[in-house]
Amino acid sequence: MATLRFTVNGKARSVDTPGDRPLLDVLREDFKLTGVKYGCGEGQCRACTVLINGRAAPSCITPVRAAGGKSITTIEGLSNGEALHPVQQAFADEGALQCGYCTPGMILTATALLERTPHPTPEQIVEGMNGNLCRCCGYPRIIAAVQRAAGHRPALREGTNGE
Amino acid sequence: MNDQPFLSEPVEPERHELREEPGYVFQLDRRSFLQFAGAGLLISVLAPEASAQRGAAGTGTLESRLHLGEDGFITVLAGKVEEGQGPRTEIAMAAAEELRVPVERIRVLLADTDLVPNDGITAGSRTTPATIPAVRKAAAAARELLIQTAARRWNAAPEMLELRAGVVTRKGASGALSYAGLAGSEELAKAFQSAPAPEGKLTPLKDWQTLGRPRLRIDAREFVTGSHVFPSDIQRPGMLYGCVLRPPALGATLEYVDLVKIQSLPGVAGVHDGYFVGCAAPTSWAARQAIKTLAGTAQWKTTDQPSSTGLFEYLKQHPVSGGQPRVQIKGSVEEGLKSASRRLKAAYQAAYIQHAPMEPRAAVAEWRDGQLSVWTGTSNPFAVRDQLAKVFQLPPHSVRVIVPDMGGGFGGKHTAEAAFEAARLAREAGKPVSVRWTRAEEFMWAYSRPAGLIEIEAGLDDKDQLLVWDFANYNSGAAAIVSPYRSPHARTRYVECDSPLRQGSYRALASTANNFARECFMDELAAAAGAEPLEFRLAHIDNTRLRDVLVAATDRFGWRERRGKKKPGTGAGLACGTEKGSYVAACVEVSVDPATGAPRLLEICQAYECGAILNPAGLKQQVEGAIIQGLGAALREELQFENGKLLNGSFARYRVPRFKDVPKITLEFLDRKDLEPVGAGETPIIAVAPAMANAMFAAAGERVRSMPLRAKGTKS
Repeated sequence: MATLRFTVNGKARSVDTPGDRPLLDVLREDFKLTGVKYGCGEGQCRACTVLINGRAAPSCITPVRAAGGKSITTIEGLSNGEALHPVQQAFADEGALQCGYCTPGMILTATALLERTPHPTPEQIVEGMNGNLCRCCGYPRIIAAVQRAAGHRPALREGTNGE
Repeated sequence: MNDQPFLSEPVEPERHELREEPGYVFQLDRRSFLQFAGAGLLISVLAPEASAQRGAAGTGTLESRLHLGEDGFITVLAGKVEEGQGPRTEIAMAAAEELRVPVERIRVLLADTDLVPNDGITAGSRTTPATIPAVRKAAAAARELLIQTAARRWNAAPEMLELRAGVVTRKGASGALSYAGLAGSEELAKAFQSAPAPEGKLTPLKDWQTLGRPRLRIDAREFVTGSHVFPSDIQRPGMLYGCVLRPPALGATLEYVDLVKIQSLPGVAGVHDGYFVGCAAPTSWAARQAIKTLAGTAQWKTTDQPSSTGLFEYLKQHPVSGGQPRVQIKGSVEEGLKSASRRLKAAYQAAYIQHAPMEPRAAVAEWRDGQLSVWTGTSNPFAVRDQLAKVFQLPPHSVRVIVPDMGGGFGGKHTAEAAFEAARLAREAGKPVSVRWTRAEEFMWAYSRPAGLIEIEAGLDDKDQLLVWDFANYNSGAAAIVSPYRSPHARTRYVECDSPLRQGSYRALASTANNFARECFMDELAAAAGAEPLEFRLAHIDNTRLRDVLVAATDRFGWRERRGKKKPGTGAGLACGTEKGSYVAACVEVSVDPATGAPRLLEICQAYECGAILNPAGLKQQVEGAIIQGLGAALREELQFENGKLLNGSFARYRVPRFKDVPKITLEFLDRKDLEPVGAGETPIIAVAPAMANAMFAAAGERVRSMPLRAKGTKS
């Protein structure tokens, strides 16, 4: 057991827990941040992506002790009150989700990607997102959403609803 | 159409799942319970159950389908499950259309066995042709009721009234009546509780204002903010996390396990009931540790099991004992083969694949006063309720199954294993228990898409027209087994086999395998006849809807020009097909890696027709998703197993499509406003693999007859 302190979605948090526990479990079970998803437990699908000090990381293979002292952002901490983060807004506007289970991980991966590369080429989007799986295979809409968030697609005209 | 006597065959029933009884046999004898969380926690579930009768409002009434809220919102109730295929939005659109209200005024409550009507399993593309009309009829009845009530109250002729945005007004006079205004009325209560429910007149397609127009998922905000609660996200007060001891291999049976080792662990409850061994703990970490400890004490008896090497010979040699092949015959295959001037035969294979939905199986079970509530991800909530009742010896109405919109299914969640496991553990622990399968469990213990061996023999007459067609499918199924191509003599056989792996439905069932074999073989026949693949198909198609999609896809792709222009290492191919009343055709360009023989899909142009389109935005997503999901089975997906153990049960080894696999996609939708809409989530998956195999032949000159597609002598 260890007492670990970190910042989660802007708030100081601490937890007494075995340091080997996956960060994913602590976020979901101890802090009830269930927007973070389990997908594979081996860092292969990135449904569990969170931002650790601004970088996208798979929380399922991150032992909680490795997050000590760091700042963690989950999907719950991305929007500013009622106002969606531009990447969230872009996913909603493009309809870039089917079952939606991969969506939080996709959005956080895209957020980190755009932070690093604000105007990615289509190839850079594919390269940057390739670690994230969507089994509904909604990849084309997700690529469009990342392009929209980067300002590379026109805003929707009112009433056109995505077509 | 006379030459196609089989096309009127009903779609293949969802086999496997409906026959498969849940594999949980619990003794439920309290004396055999082992529990470690303290005696006070054991609840007395065998006591006579509480009398609370639960159940949806009277079936067959409007009340069971629609609620008019005083807040101006209208709630539609349906037994279907949202797993990403879009019923929630489609149902909202259908109700809004008939009620003449904005979609934003509609709430959709799905898949809660206490609250919604039983609309059956969510499968077989049935929501669009069955549930949508039911919702529309109910909504239309409510609309007529509103108008009639207004007419009566105002003593006005219904023709003088106008309904717009949910409000009835009178031309040239004051007064307004809305659905909200109707909500508390006696007229409404009477009409809503009468059975059979009144059915309103449906809005003709030409007058549609909401249906037929693109609409994105109505609740996208909940998903992009992470606030949507999936089955694996359900939290209940005092909830524990469950874990189940799995056998080391298929066919292994438990001989011994020592639960004493976990007795001292704080807050851990363990169960050993028959073959079921599991535990529940305050964290999933603690539960996993406890199961590891138990696994160290377990002794198993194993038996020899088949392996994926040699699978197809195994299947052919192991038809289900006592089973009869399903045979359909027209003319005489023997006679046809005798008089054919050219004969050809080939065998095709399709591997076992896993659905691998992003959200593995998950359930939370809670017992209270002898009543069981389960939140779980299943496509079949009412059947699961009944099965839970049977297994736990309860009347069905003591069990409530709720399916929160879940993280994918693709035909893979017709069962609800985690629900039984969670319920058994929760009963032991006396607290709610969440069981969430790991990815490894999902690969190994969920059912897979059946593997199949398909043998075809055909003969051409002296004009190089199909004379005879003989098609046999071993194990994978009978969906779309009947050829849409004219042939005077034809026979199809489906032989059910003893499957080494647990198998069941998958998006489009066996139509993927059957269409793969058929469409590849059509290209082989065309080559034998010296004919061009498109012309050869067109010469044998009578069905105009199939012809239309084939023409649309090839025109848009530029098939005739592009097929002639060869780029080194690339080739163009096409395929078409029909299943569940819709029609698909695809043209592709594929490159083949000269070193590995592995294909890459560069471009696909797919035409699709599913009658009148209900939601163009939803359809586009379904078709894009189906193409790329189908690409996975074409490129790489294949369960490999050896003596009962899975060799590639992880995303690192079982490689599903990723962003880098996405080709250029062009879609051509044929919106047939003159035809009833049919479901569109499945059939768009069946053309991609054969089109690619045919393109690989064009690129590399070698026939590829197995899924995943692999040139001879190369490895995946």
